[in-house]
Amino acid sequence: MIKKTVANVQEACDGVADGMTFMLGGFGLCGIPENSINELVRRNVKDVTCISNNAGVDDFGLGLLLKKRQIKKMISSYVGENAEFERLMLSGEMEVDLVPQGTLAQRCESARTGIPAFFTSAGYGTEVAEGKETREFNGKMYVLEEAFEADFSFVKAWKGDEAGNLIFKGTARNFNPAMCGSAKITVAEVEELVPVGELDPNQIHIPGIFVQRIFQGVKYEKRIEQLTVRKRN
Amino acid sequence: MALSKEQIAQRIAKEVKDRYYVNLGIGIPTLVANFVRDDIDVEFQSENGILGMGPFPFEGEEDPDLINAGKQTITALPGASFFDSAMSFGMIRGQHVDLTILGAMEVAQNGDIANWKIPGKMVKGMGGAMDLVSSAENIIVAMMHTNREGESKLLKRCSLPLTGVNCVKKIVTNLAVLEIRDGKFHLLERAPGVSVEEIKKATEGEMVIDGEIPEMKF
Repeated sequence: MIKKTVANVQEACDGVADGMTFMLGGFGLCGIPENSINELVRRNVKDVTCISNNAGVDDFGLGLLLKKRQIKKMISSYVGENAEFERLMLSGEMEVDLVPQGTLAQRCESARTGIPAFFTSAGYGTEVAEGKETREFNGKMYVLEEAFEADFSFVKAWKGDEAGNLIFKGTARNFNPAMCGSAKITVAEVEELVPVGELDPNQIHIPGIFVQRIFQGVKYEKRIEQLTVRKRN
Repeated sequence: MALSKEQIAQRIAKEVKDRYYVNLGIGIPTLVANFVRDDIDVEFQSENGILGMGPFPFEGEEDPDLINAGKQTITALPGASFFDSAMSFGMIRGQHVDLTILGAMEVAQNGDIANWKIPGKMVKGMGGAMDLVSSAENIIVAMMHTNREGESKLLKRCSLPLTGVNCVKKIVTNLAVLEIRDGKFHLLERAPGVSVEEIKKATEGEMVIDGEIPEMKF
């Protein structure tokens, strides 16, 4: 067994520096690496580029890094829930690259799987395709999109073991798997860290080979962004 | 009478057929699920990673790890599955989803759609809309016929930045059901009590009116 455990979030974030590019898992506030984000805020790393589907809300998730102006550039697909984000973008204080969601996921996954670029129909004929190579396959037009390059991936899983094997829960899976093994170092935080042998190998979503550091998060707030319920009759 | 948002959703629900996998966008499209006949088998996909999406949870049973693409808490029905974003969009790009229903700010008579950006004003991002419209064979747009200023949203050409080109086939608005064919809108149905004249007035793009136009049935 190749052990991937680190003592805590501080050790997990060893080596993060100003100007780096980070991938961060999650969809909205669901499945975000809360502990790692808090540590990045505490370390006050500056001028970072963040690849993340969303940018949190004003006082939680990546919104915390935005508020402290730690982010130089965001690469996201949807930023509608964050008023500060919209303001920084429209005023030009922060660079923003908006990428179609499926293209964002595939650019992460391609980074892991050694595919430098791929063709997708998403964004053809729109400003997303400007300056990019396009090509026709079977009568349909496609845009060439490149894999991301990142220094750190921060992902969050439900359970993990000492070997770095990961299991996700519900729709908290989202972008997390595609970001595992897609940066030079992948940091996985889990709600429950177990000894090897406790997870059924048949149920592993991401094998430990894609994870360099794993730790159990001290606390998970798991904030709900849009609480929608129905009444019992 | 122009339709309410619920009635637009109700009319669109008639387009949902047995054994369809359906992706619903945010807004009016989300309401469609409430009106699908219960004697057909349909599975709803949400692009953040679930097939077999169910209704909102009962109070107190919400799970922060179980949301839809609108970030709302949901439930999973028996037979549901979870997957990651890359697989989810593989499903979409690979045309395994039978029907996509989404909202729009503008639709052009050639099938172009704009729904993600108003330059200098509103930039929320495209989310999964570009992937969905560029891949789906079967796209229905649910929207109001005119914007808040009363201007037509069915245009000769879109004025806003595009989400996709030549992709919309059908539109259901508060006034009408229209099809896009040969670079023109074709009026298929009118909302109950709405005249062809009213629809013409609210449509900037070229619209073909072929014979008697029936009223919508629900």
